[in-house]
Amino acid sequence: MLNDNYMLIDKIPVPIEGEKNILELVRKAGIDMPTFCYYSELSVYGACRMCMVEDERGNMHAACSTPPKAGMSVVTNSARLRKYRKNILELLLANHCRDCTTCEKSESCRLKELARRFYIEDVRFPNGKTQPQKDESSVSISIDHSKCILCGDCVRMCNEVQNVGAIGFSGRGSKMEVSTAFKVPINETNCVGCGQCSAVCPTGAIIIQKNVDRTWAAIYDPDVYVVAQVAPAVRAGVAKALGEENGFVAAGKIFAAMRRMGFNQVYDTTTGADMTVVEEGNEFIERLTKGGKLPLFTSCCPAWIRYAENKHPELLENISTCRSPMQMFGSAIKEYFADDGSVKGKKIFSVAVMPCTAKKYEAVREEFKRPDGSDTIDAVITTQELIQMIREAGIHFDEIAPEAPSMAFGGTSGAGVIFGVTGGVTEAVLRYADTDKTYSGLRQIALSGVRGMEGVKEASYQVGDAQLKIAIVSGLGNAEKLIRKIQSGEAEYHLVEVMACPNGCIAGAGQPFAHREEKEQRAENLYKTDNLTQIKRSEANPILGEIYARCIGDRAHELLHVHYHPKNN
Amino acid sequence: MMDRIETREQLQQLREACMAAARKETRKILVCAGTGCVSGGSLDIYAALKAKMEERNIPCEVELAMDPHDDVVGLKKSGCHGFCEMGPLVRIEPQGWLFTKVRLSDVDEIIDSAIVRGEPVERLAYHQNGVIYEKQEEIPFYQKQTRKVLEHCGHIDADSLLEYLSIGGYQSFEKALFDMQPAEIVKEIADSGLRGRGGGGFPAGTKWSQVARQKATPKYIVCNGDEGDPGAFMDRSIMEGDPHRMIEGMMIAGVACGASEGYIYVRAEYPMAVARLRNAIERAEKLGLLGDNILGTDFSFHMHINRGAGAFVCGEGSALTASIEGKRGMPRVKPPRTVEHGLFDRPTVLNNVETFANVASIVKDGAAAFCKVGTPTSSGTKAFALTGNIQNTGLIEVPMGTTLREVVFGVGGGIRGGKKFKAVQIGGPSGGCLTSEHLDLPLDFDSLKKAGAIIGSGGLVVMDEDTCMVEVARFFMNFTQNESCGKCVPCREGTKRMLEILERIVAGKGQEGDIELLEELADTITNTALCGLGKTAANPVVSTIKYFRSEYEAHIRDKRCPAGACARLKRFSIDPEKCKGCSKCARNCPVNAISGEIRKPFVIDAAKCIKCGACITNCAFGAVREE
Repeated sequence: MLNDNYMLIDKIPVPIEGEKNILELVRKAGIDMPTFCYYSELSVYGACRMCMVEDERGNMHAACSTPPKAGMSVVTNSARLRKYRKNILELLLANHCRDCTTCEKSESCRLKELARRFYIEDVRFPNGKTQPQKDESSVSISIDHSKCILCGDCVRMCNEVQNVGAIGFSGRGSKMEVSTAFKVPINETNCVGCGQCSAVCPTGAIIIQKNVDRTWAAIYDPDVYVVAQVAPAVRAGVAKALGEENGFVAAGKIFAAMRRMGFNQVYDTTTGADMTVVEEGNEFIERLTKGGKLPLFTSCCPAWIRYAENKHPELLENISTCRSPMQMFGSAIKEYFADDGSVKGKKIFSVAVMPCTAKKYEAVREEFKRPDGSDTIDAVITTQELIQMIREAGIHFDEIAPEAPSMAFGGTSGAGVIFGVTGGVTEAVLRYADTDKTYSGLRQIALSGVRGMEGVKEASYQVGDAQLKIAIVSGLGNAEKLIRKIQSGEAEYHLVEVMACPNGCIAGAGQPFAHREEKEQRAENLYKTDNLTQIKRSEANPILGEIYARCIGDRAHELLHVHYHPKNN
Repeated sequence: MMDRIETREQLQQLREACMAAARKETRKILVCAGTGCVSGGSLDIYAALKAKMEERNIPCEVELAMDPHDDVVGLKKSGCHGFCEMGPLVRIEPQGWLFTKVRLSDVDEIIDSAIVRGEPVERLAYHQNGVIYEKQEEIPFYQKQTRKVLEHCGHIDADSLLEYLSIGGYQSFEKALFDMQPAEIVKEIADSGLRGRGGGGFPAGTKWSQVARQKATPKYIVCNGDEGDPGAFMDRSIMEGDPHRMIEGMMIAGVACGASEGYIYVRAEYPMAVARLRNAIERAEKLGLLGDNILGTDFSFHMHINRGAGAFVCGEGSALTASIEGKRGMPRVKPPRTVEHGLFDRPTVLNNVETFANVASIVKDGAAAFCKVGTPTSSGTKAFALTGNIQNTGLIEVPMGTTLREVVFGVGGGIRGGKKFKAVQIGGPSGGCLTSEHLDLPLDFDSLKKAGAIIGSGGLVVMDEDTCMVEVARFFMNFTQNESCGKCVPCREGTKRMLEILERIVAGKGQEGDIELLEELADTITNTALCGLGKTAANPVVSTIKYFRSEYEAHIRDKRCPAGACARLKRFSIDPEKCKGCSKCARNCPVNAISGEIRKPFVIDAAKCIKCGACITNCAFGAVREE
């Protein structure tokens, strides 16, 4: 049968199969169309005008925002298109800081990449942005307006996907800029520090606030004893950058590399996750059986906590009092070394390697100050920063032999590992709460609806007599929609897992930037690591007993729990 | 106040009564209360007229009196007459006298002569080339116009719904609501060939039929009153002078397309238009012409006013709807189109003020009558705001297809000060320039497009021989750059760079290759920009380069402005023959650019001279030359 539902892209027929725009069709035809402002996860913005195509009559169409039409014929490369693209790039470069050698986005800068690709040799206009215009007020992100090309990706991410709205546009014409309301520093807004703006930024205009220097300084200081914990998602995040696809092996290589770099002890935050499962599991069961506030919202994600403080103070009572795995583990570490004679006289410096920029904010929260005024976690470095440090140290990641995490906190469970992916916390808690401790029980949990990359998932699971209704959301915009459904009475749940970043921690802003496919691989990676782990349930982690006995004792409330309060603004 | 009217018959009765009252009220003083005349003091003149009439016990009515005294004199604040050059204006009826440049001190004489004695005040009448024109309609400025849309502007009290009824107001709406099917209305508009007066020239009937077809509800009728072209005030005058005419057009669109909500987006810089529209809506609501179940039918229509915050780009459809929704006024990519997903994501008819103001007469008199005026593809009339170096600046209305010559030299009275005509900029910052070779070009959508210009909303800036075309291009580029929303790269960055280049050319710092660079950027911006503002931003530059390339070249190569307009390209020198060596120029030069010995000719150092002209004003012997 003749199918005439196709378009001619560079004279090659390409079937139209539900593509929303010509750009998707062009990509299907194997052409890497240059764009700055097109992300399939965000709304179509159509501002960079790089993806223009030319039709047979010489008319120009922006491929991102033109629906495919059967029989239409366009070319993606012509004398005019090349000239326009080069002009646009030249115009962008003319208004962009061009200190590429010292820019940390240098390797992955989309502007630089396209400028090279289109061979821009000369910029014929005076440079309007020679001085940095920085906002360093946030502990999570750093903004430099002199590198902004106004593609609007960050604005749409913050508003559409995250429903935070900390940034928007101000000014018109060439005076337009990405700005907070009234141009206050970003830390005075309701920014939750999720860092997704930096993840989608094609240039170095929004980057992660770095703690690399502080971490190195601690390592170099002979009077400081540096201990580190590495979050589950990190092992999946390094895959592409460091070339280790197996999460289990990657974790071991990370531990080994960090020891080589000079970290005194290296632990796995998965152990902290196990602690969280036990504490949160108990809290959940108690609320269920003793009539506490439901639904119980998870509390692992600091960006979600800050979002709730800003926009839903009425839900703070519903949020679990459990500290995040990083903080629980951090408490245990500091307690442990407070008694340990072997490092006496040396200051303990606790580093957390996280996929997350919001953790940097969590680390400096007042709630987690220890009685002596110090922080529970002294520095948070992201996966990106860890990769940078490994490279800086010159370590060949492919050659280094994997090692196990340090004792005395060396034990982990598979339940803790999957914390890094959306639905993982729920799955781990169900494994804990379920009375059926068999393998088939595990399989049933996995199939109950907790897995998958959808932004909103619903699961139902029978525990004992109770039929638990669970919702799992990732992305704060999705969280907002779900909260409205709950508050309007349209939906009812016992447990709600919220992760601020779409797809969970594996796609955290501290991870190297990834498209959908790579994010899926990361999730798969963590599930495989779970498969490789002998201990599936957090409560079965034998190390936990020792930690509780030695570090926590009867101070679980003080060390492992927290009460958040509405912000006064 | 009038009771709410519930039926068609009641509306007709009321209209009849208004018409009868208006017929009795033959003697009238109309004081122009358009923005131009108001700023000239017309409201004070109105107040003085009222006080003096009362003082002298001359019965006067400020509202349309339904049962008027026989000798009553109507004293009205009218909308804009369009002859702003000559304001403040006062019109006397029934004679049709127009008094120009009226002052407070003229009030007594106006009452004594025109009202009491029935004689015109000759010294206040308009005169041109020695001829005195007592009657408004005889003045060449008016005689050569065809005022259809502006028919009642200046002749009725814009704040009075009853006066609007007295001239047959809301008859078309009544006809549309009771005597026509929605499809018939749409067809009538389509047959009339009415094209959008906001600049694009898209057929209104096509737009209406597309919205009428949509299933999604509610639908919206949005009026674009965000008139932003520099020097344009056609829409303002309609909103201020005849607001009901436009509202009636929107209501007819509501009946035709099945919409029950109307939004008027009007510039906040038009406070008087906002006040008059607000008043008009309020009165229509009180009378039951707006609201639920109008005239006892199941048609409901509610009208809202949104004030724009002063962004030119909000005249673009999708930016305008975004602004009404409370979002940043930025155009979005299309599709989806406004007719499908417009305001609040619903089907929306978006037309401008003048377009809606044309609707009532089309419904009333039929498409065929409308088509009798204008050209086959551009029917009807078009209002223009005439500004610049022209004798008669003001608001005019001529049939589509009228030649440029007729507008400039006929209606406009030619170039001011006997100078030579050089060009007109038509269509504002999105338009282009037309030169003397275009004087016989008919002004309609298609002819102008072919000539590289557009009708736009109707701004027409006339320029004489002393105007520098590079400076004109720079002026409009500056405007566009400031008003670009900043969203798409070519418009935001490209116009900035074009402006930079134009600025250096007029400052005498132009470089070889600048014209080509301007052309290159213009090509890129025109072909890649996201919205109409960007796509047309380069037009003034392209058309001035096309017709006045030598002027650009003179600036760049010879550092000379042929029109002598660019201050920074002027050259000052001292004529050694005339200079007496008094040193006064040197002593007054702020940058010490002049030197010499006493009693010998002084010289100006061109490198130091900042062209301030202090030497010229200080030289007693006329020795300093400027070229």
